[in-house]
Order: sequence, then C-alpha cells, then structure tokens
Amino acid sequence: MPAPLLVPALIGVAFLVLPLVGLLVRAPWSDLWSQLTQPQVGQALRLSLVSATLATLVSLLLGVPIAWVLARSTLPGRSVLRALVTVPLVLPPVVGGVALFLVLGRQGIVGRVLYEQFDYTIPFTTTAVVIAETFVAMPFLVISVEGALRAADARFEDAAATLGADRWTTFRRVTLPLVAPGVAAGAVLCWARALGEFGATITFAGNFPGTTQTMPLAVYLALQSDPEGAIVLSLVLLFVSLATLLLLRDRWLGRSGAGVS
Amino acid sequence: MSGHRARFPVVAVLAAVALAGCGADADAAATGADDEGAGTLTVFAAASLTDVFTDLGDRLRADHPGLTVTFNFAGSSALATQITQGAPADVFASANPDQMAVVTEAGLGAGDPTVFAENVLEIAVPPGNPGGVTGLSDFGDPELTLAVCAVDVPCGAAAEEVFRAAGVTAQPDTLEEDVRAALTKVELGEVDAALVYASDVRAAGDGVEGIEVPQAEAAVNEYPIVQLAGAGDPAAAQAFLDLLGSAEGRQALTAAGFRSPSP
Repeated sequence: MPAPLLVPALIGVAFLVLPLVGLLVRAPWSDLWSQLTQPQVGQALRLSLVSATLATLVSLLLGVPIAWVLARSTLPGRSVLRALVTVPLVLPPVVGGVALFLVLGRQGIVGRVLYEQFDYTIPFTTTAVVIAETFVAMPFLVISVEGALRAADARFEDAAATLGADRWTTFRRVTLPLVAPGVAAGAVLCWARALGEFGATITFAGNFPGTTQTMPLAVYLALQSDPEGAIVLSLVLLFVSLATLLLLRDRWLGRSGAGVS
Repeated sequence: MSGHRARFPVVAVLAAVALAGCGADADAAATGADDEGAGTLTVFAAASLTDVFTDLGDRLRADHPGLTVTFNFAGSSALATQITQGAPADVFASANPDQMAVVTEAGLGAGDPTVFAENVLEIAVPPGNPGGVTGLSDFGDPELTLAVCAVDVPCGAAAEEVFRAAGVTAQPDTLEEDVRAALTKVELGEVDAALVYASDVRAAGDGVEGIEVPQAEAAVNEYPIVQLAGAGDPAAAQAFLDLLGSAEGRQALTAAGFRSPSP
C-alpha cells in the first residue's frame, strides 16, 4: 500500500475513532449498571428508538416518492427541488427547529389553525419529536434512494412498459425491487440520523422526560450537572448506533448496501 | 466620572497594537512572549450577561482606543469547563458561585471573586398574557403550556426552590436546557408562561411581559466575577472590573434587570 495514502488514512482513522475510545476510557465502569438502570435512561432510550423508527417510516413514505421524482420524472426545476429538499442536510438543526415553530407552532402559519380550530398543539409532544427528526433525517433517505435509482438500469422499466405495465405497476414490481438495497441503506442512515437528532428536537419539541426527552437531550442535560452520567448515556447511544450500522450493513444489506454515499 | 480609568496604560496598549501590525494580530500578540499590555481582553461570561457585557465592552473600547475586547458567552458550567481545560481567558463572570468555585478551586483565579450583581426569577408571558397568568400558582395548572428550566441548569435549580417556597407543584410541558431557550418559547408565543430571570425579561423588550413573584427571594442568584491568574493583560482585566464596579457599570446592570448585591 502506498505510504502517501496509508499515512493520512491512519491519521484520519485515529481522528475519528479516538474520541470514541475516549468515551470508553473515561466511562465509570464500576457504577455503570446503577447509572443505566435509572428509570430516566430507559425512558429516554425507548423514546429515542420509537421516535427514530417512526421518523424513518414517515421518511420512507414521503422520501421514496421524492427520490423518484428527482431521478425519473422530467419535472422542470428538478435541481432547484433537489437543493430545497436536501437543505436540512446542511442547515443547522436549531434553525430547522425554529422554522418548524414558524409553520407548525401554536402561532405558526399552519399550527395556528390547528390550535384555534381543534385546540391541538404540536410542540412539546412526541409528535413534535417525530416531526423534527423526520425534517432532519429524511434528506439522507432521499439522497440514498435517488442515487440508487440513477444507478439502476432504466431499461428494465422500459421493458415493463412495452409489456403493458402502467407506471405505478412498473414502479411497484420493477423499480422498487431493483433499488431495494438502496432504500434499505437509506432507511438505516435516516434512522441513525434521527436517533442522534438534537438541535431541532430540543428547539421544536422541547425537553420533558417521557414525552420529548430523547437520548441526545438527556446526554446534553446530564452534562450540565452529572458528567459521569452523560458519559454513560453517550456510551449507550454509541453502542446502539454502532450495532445498528454493523448488523444491518453486513447481514441485511449485504454488499449492495455499500453503495450509500 | 472616568477618573478611575486614568491608570490604564493606554500608551502601552497602542504601542503593542501598532507593533503587532494591526488589530487583528492582537490575539497572536497576547499569546506571544510579550504579554504585557498586549491590548486584548478576553472575557468569559454567563450567557445571561450577554447584553450588558457587550454594552460595557463597547464603553471600554471607546475609552481605550485600540483595545480588543472579545467575549465568550455560554452557560457558566460550559465556561468553567473551558477555562479549566486551558481556554485563554482574562476574566470569568459566572451566573452562580458553584461554577466560579470550579475555577477558583483549580487555582486559576487571581485573587478572590467578588459578587457584582444579583438576579431573581420572574414570570415571562407573551404580550397580552393570553394564558391569563397572574402568579406562580398558575404553574400548577395542567391546562396551560408552561416552560421551566431543567433542574440540571441554574435557572431550573432556582425555579425548584421558588416553587417549593410557594408550595406549588409545577406542571411544565418542557424543561428547557437554558433560560434563553425558555424565554424564546415565550417570545414565539408557544408557551403561556415561563419562569426566567428578571434580566431576561428586560432583555426581551416588548417581546414579553414580566410578572414579578414575591417568592423569588427564596432563590436569589449571585453573579461572581474574578480576574484569572493567566490573564494576558492584567491591566485590561482590571479596567473591565473597575468599569463594572463604577457607578456607570452599576447603572448598566440595573438597566439590564440585575440587582446590586445585598451588602
């Protein structure tokens, strides 16, 4: 292996991995169990897993069609659309949270109607957590699926069309199976991003144990008063994320999952 | 009125800045070998002091042309961590004595900290008070949407004491990560009330209305300040402390909603 590649690669790996090692080294292993069995930890972890999963389902429902529009349709202004729907990738999540308030908050454009007509408010509910996570994580799915669609051979779709299949049938029976690994990879990425979401959630959904306090929020707050506890919570989150990426990529996605950028 | 500032070595500051080439290089000069009169002042201050300290920084700059004043505003605990981890700071102003103790017990203070201001909790409501909030007892009303600071952060610990003193079981909808986040939710009209500091209500201007609570005396928040031992420019640090303690400084603090420390 050429040294000009190997040396920076090793430095890069150390840079990415050492902070994780730092967590392991500093973890208070002796009272790990008592920290982990605190009711708030289980509550936050459960809420994180549930809300990230729901956010992924919503993203699949809405994001796959977006990816199809971006990759297959001849809609004018597609590049502008692509830029718009992937803005949350680079937008500071706190800004996303504020933006969500302005639309869905009690005083927001849409939220005001909900509040005045149905006496229903979205902020400070678990629904708000799912919305915030979906907003931030869905672009990851869209990007992955769009990439898979572009890489997939469109001739199969053409063949299906010549055999009399309409576009919806073609999508369901040909396109979707063709890009399934890409969709799965995108979903995993989306789920992992939703699991780690912090800024938009704490801004838009607030922080209340049991309803809106997800793991990242619990970590941040623990850091204010109990750094040891924060390390333990971080370890849990690190373990869950790592296990997900390892298991899903190797066992379920196989090699084709490596196509995710 | 400005006599106390005459001691400040303005000439030395100007010379150092001139030697450094331009103002932008002053940072580099401060960390260099020649620490004396480098003309930079770095103040680490609690987020709640943002407005009043920025104002005081402008006044200090106006009085000492060429002086570079930079602020690092954040939660006191984050600042204390940064300082003990070696962040270059000349002055540390904390929103509570506990975080100040973290720094002074690490032997990083030059001298003892002094309390320069106090802050009490106040109820903030959106303009027009849509929830009809009148006092602390409303925080026990599950029908209202309410924000309180998380108990892990200073304003939350204070809120807990105040609620205890008032005999109120609070029913908040969100436990905010800092006092400004709680205030923002009032400004956006998303909550009917939040328990924040009087200074935050003042800082929000017309964006919120304040309701004073008598039980706030149960948790008066003290703001200590200290010059740090590693100050690159002790004279500039001292000038800032002097300005803060002057009549002008006290007036600025009062205007920003802080109280003078009780003797």
